[in-house]
Amino acid sequence: MKSLAELQAIKNRMKDKVVLRDGMEGTRVVVGMATCGIAAGARPVLNAFVEGVNKEGLEDKVSVTQTGCIGICQYEPVVEIFEAGKDKVTYVKMTPEKAQEVIEKHLKGGQVVGDYTIGAVTA
Amino acid sequence: MKELSLNILDVAENSVKAGATLTQILLTQKDQVLTIEIVDDGCGMSEDVVRSVTDPFYTTRTTRKVGMGIPLLKLACEQTDGHLTIESTTQEADPINHGTHVTATFNMDHIDFTPLGDVCASVLTLIQGHPDTDFLFRHKKSGCDVKLDTRELREVLEDVPLNSYDVMEWIGEYLREQYEAES
Repeated sequence: MKSLAELQAIKNRMKDKVVLRDGMEGTRVVVGMATCGIAAGARPVLNAFVEGVNKEGLEDKVSVTQTGCIGICQYEPVVEIFEAGKDKVTYVKMTPEKAQEVIEKHLKGGQVVGDYTIGAVTA
Repeated sequence: MKELSLNILDVAENSVKAGATLTQILLTQKDQVLTIEIVDDGCGMSEDVVRSVTDPFYTTRTTRKVGMGIPLLKLACEQTDGHLTIESTTQEADPINHGTHVTATFNMDHIDFTPLGDVCASVLTLIQGHPDTDFLFRHKKSGCDVKLDTRELREVLEDVPLNSYDVMEWIGEYLREQYEAES
């Protein structure tokens, strides 16, 4: 059974990491989680990013956050990626599988996955 | 919405946006009736607003003129012959006990009952997106009483964020174990 003692151990392990995170100026992955996004399947997409970023050890460079409706509901699930000094990339009609590819190619490899961007997909 | 857990996620987001410090998600299953309650201590709504939120053409957002969250929950319960009630007290009316209480009941053996789905995933998503507000989750059904109170976890974690990956993993396991142990 999971115990609070175990949580205490996680806390002790995490304490130093928290300090590191405060000063980071990394990449932001933002998932639309309003009614439109949720109905279109944003919850598993968000999950895929949270899990994938941690599995690949990118958590110190990449943060995964949620936002409301950005007004292009027909393209949901929408994921925006902000990188310092670069143009914002908007991925549309995302799935957990596509998220995996974006983590691999874009977040790890630095190559935008053109096929999934808003310019390439029709509503 | 394919799962009621997604409606729960969506409506609980409204609570967070209303400035709630504590959002409670309470599920009770008894005699094939499921009651979902979402209770917050946010800014509350006036009577006029409460009346209008079930109207899809009412919304607080500015990107477009429709808001489907509450109407979709209302549809999901009413199609099982259940019902939706909203009680709310504004901060102006009562500076101490303000907030909103949404109650939806569902007849689970109705053919149009939407499956509850993965509630744990919704609770985790809420915590991931809003690590600085508190959530109390409780799911009571026969032989099963699952509980998670982020205030208790926060006491242990102090300044370690609730949405740290290791903490989220722990919460996920903690919830799943409670479902498995008691069902």
